[in-house]
Amino acid sequence: MSARRKQFDRLGDGLLYGICLVASLLSVAIIVWIAYQVTKEAMPSISKFGLGFLTSQEWQPNFNVFGAGSLIYGTAVSSAMALIAISIGLYLSLLAPAGVRGIVAPLVELLAAIPSVILGFWGILILAPFVHEHIEPWLHDTLGFIPLFGPPQTTGASVFTAGLILTIMVIPIIASISRDLFLAVPRDVQDGASALGATRWEVVRGVVLPSTTSGVVAASLLGLGRALGEAIAVTQVIGAGSEIHTSLFETGDTLASRIANQFNGAVTELHQPSLYYLGVILLVIGLVSNLLAQWIGRRFDYRRFSK
Amino acid sequence: MSGPVPDPAAPLTPSGNLRRRQIFSRVAESGATVAAIIAVAVLGIVIYTVVSRGAAAISFDFLFTGTPTGIGPAIVGTGLIVAVATAIAMPLGILVAIYLTEFAGSRMAGPIRLALDLMNGLPSIIIGLFVFGILVNHRHQSGFAGSVALAIIELPLIARGTQEVLLLVPGSMREAADALGVSRWRSVLGVILPSALGGIVTATVLAVARAAGETAPLIIVDSIFDGKSVSLNPFEVVPNIPVTIFTLSEEANPEGFTRAWGSGLVLVSFILFASLGARALLARSKRKMPT
Amino acid sequence: MTYPDSSQGPVEGSAAVPPRFRIQAPGVESTGVGARRELGLEAVFEARDVSVSYGAKKALGGVSLRIPRSRITALIGPSGCGKTTFLRSLNRMNDSVPSFRIDGQILYHGHDMYAGNVDQVEVRRRIGMVFQKPNPFPKSIYDNIAWAPRNLGMKAGLDERVEKALRGAALWDEVKDRLKDSALGLSGGQQQRLCIARAIAIEPDVLLLDEPASALDPIATKSIEELMHSLKGRFTIVIVTHNMQQAARVADQTAFFSLDSSAGDPCGTLIEFDDTETIFTRPADPRTRDYVTGRFG
Repeated sequence: MSARRKQFDRLGDGLLYGICLVASLLSVAIIVWIAYQVTKEAMPSISKFGLGFLTSQEWQPNFNVFGAGSLIYGTAVSSAMALIAISIGLYLSLLAPAGVRGIVAPLVELLAAIPSVILGFWGILILAPFVHEHIEPWLHDTLGFIPLFGPPQTTGASVFTAGLILTIMVIPIIASISRDLFLAVPRDVQDGASALGATRWEVVRGVVLPSTTSGVVAASLLGLGRALGEAIAVTQVIGAGSEIHTSLFETGDTLASRIANQFNGAVTELHQPSLYYLGVILLVIGLVSNLLAQWIGRRFDYRRFSK
Repeated sequence: MSGPVPDPAAPLTPSGNLRRRQIFSRVAESGATVAAIIAVAVLGIVIYTVVSRGAAAISFDFLFTGTPTGIGPAIVGTGLIVAVATAIAMPLGILVAIYLTEFAGSRMAGPIRLALDLMNGLPSIIIGLFVFGILVNHRHQSGFAGSVALAIIELPLIARGTQEVLLLVPGSMREAADALGVSRWRSVLGVILPSALGGIVTATVLAVARAAGETAPLIIVDSIFDGKSVSLNPFEVVPNIPVTIFTLSEEANPEGFTRAWGSGLVLVSFILFASLGARALLARSKRKMPT
Repeated sequence: MTYPDSSQGPVEGSAAVPPRFRIQAPGVESTGVGARRELGLEAVFEARDVSVSYGAKKALGGVSLRIPRSRITALIGPSGCGKTTFLRSLNRMNDSVPSFRIDGQILYHGHDMYAGNVDQVEVRRRIGMVFQKPNPFPKSIYDNIAWAPRNLGMKAGLDERVEKALRGAALWDEVKDRLKDSALGLSGGQQQRLCIARAIAIEPDVLLLDEPASALDPIATKSIEELMHSLKGRFTIVIVTHNMQQAARVADQTAFFSLDSSAGDPCGTLIEFDDTETIFTRPADPRTRDYVTGRFG
């Protein structure tokens, strides 16, 4: 091989390494830059309201008074509802008979592909009225003694409906991760459990679930992160309320949804920075749940038990 | 020590507490089946609604003219925005994946993988806020800003998908190239990448399917348009489908609703077509993979 | 000694019931001493012209034999001739294979195992199995053993039950101080003995062992074989092994399986079943003789 060719090759190797490195560093830089940029834009609001922002429920754009209290509450409540998705998704993937599982798995993944704006639109026109006319009255009648299930309001736009939409969005995430976890539990361990005269439920609960607990927790955190950050579908069905109510059937709002709803109309001095402040809170919550999910998922790997 | 040990010669019907346990297990299994049916039913209802109501809106005019009769410019706009986004994200994603599989030691790989995972889990509205701050603030909305936002969404998906296929390339291939004295860059570009091409295309198509449906960032950076005419300049506001649907959904105008369903049908059709196509591609390329 | 009349069980399927006192083997009349001795023992399993297919492929054909109680019966033969398939049919572990189909009858204490009203889980509660590769649960040693008894409602005296099972598997002394440790930290031989302990903890009637020592080193193998002798009195044991010396050392009765190509595609079939001593010293069938003297397989 000629010396020139060798030189050319070394140059080529270095060049490839260089641009790959740059691309990778860029990825890291983007994350850092995002955090920096969002915080920077929020600064006017952060310095004005400080940490009191987190608890104050006042949201009056015209008076330049802002507080995230009711939004944090709305975010927490609607996402908590979506946690039902965990049991549904798990159930579906682990316990349904093998034939059912095979057909349902690809369909459930299809559910994940539906854009949130369409799901939200469907929520406005189909789900919300249905919930308003059938589900809310029924729940209020049977379980009305619990303050969560107060009287239905004028429309079905409520925290409850938003929670339902979020549940629908989170189920595919949990279901598909659970399915992968389930397939990762070795066949022979499940056989060993069956051979001891255990029912299907006992095998799943005694052997499959414990082997996948951390994976399930990680999946739940990922699903939770998705629910926390959903802006569009939530804003379409939650009714943009500003107060905290105990009843799920009242309107409310979440951090992400408020940003989406009010950003384009933010004219007063502290309005936009306050929306950015909401973004900072959302960013922190999102990063924490994502990091937790990864940390837990990594620590308790099924394979780690063996030496 | 006594225990409920069944008489071996007794018939093979449930003994001891088995009857109760079997009932419980069967109930749990049916519950799971019910949950599965509900999930599929929801999917069915949503798709059915989109198709039945959306079909009413579809016509030649709907697809090829602008507001108020159609969403032609929005369709072109989405195509433009997503194309630019992919043009940004695809090379970057492939390069990052190459770095992670071919070059990086574990010390460098850790933070980079973490950054990609965080990027993947970031609420898209935050990405919108970010791009607003760097490209729209003090300037004006643009399709390009939308593309940058979508590129950030696509990047981790393409990088991860590419990484997965690169890892599938057998080590023997790399060793063979080394043994022949072929330089790194030649073997990567000439041998490894081409064999992973199917997987890379699949990952990209799936990323495109995901990005095409994203509304939140576009609401922030590319939402003020009237959709009357086609715009091919990404540095101005570009009409797009997701924002169109969102705007129409928030207005209390039944005619608007019909157009929104129609737009939804177009969008869902594209996404489903792309997703299914990608998976078919993946299945085909896996069959071709050397084992 | 009266002989239990197993032909009073429901007769379904395609079986032509062979006369009780003859072992079915193509073209061979078994008149060895072992056949007559076998009559004196109660049969736990009786297979009547059993065939197993997976979809279109027939894996096993025309197996008829009786497995006596409280003895060790070995199934030997070259690989792929259906020994494990037959073993797994004895506790309905093959049910989970989608294309599995069985013809003929397998009677367990006179009851048809594949009848409609038979509960699979009940079958496995009475007929335990230890697999080729040790498969302990990712739990502590104690919990591995205690898990199944807890399910079965044997909550009282659990500690004693665990200890008895571990003693029975000759593992107690080695692990008694670390019952709370993860079972996955044990060596291969210990894990297999743990699996045996796990199986005997629920006091099954039968123990099926599928090549239990094949994944183990010679010393661990020896300990497993000694274990089987000690367990023999309490349980009926059926063991599949590709190691015929092991069968010779351990088993009271031996069944020799091989591939029979006479009907087209090769299919596993039972060639001969008799006392171990007879099989290895005076086999009736030339194919058996060829196998045990090492001429093939």
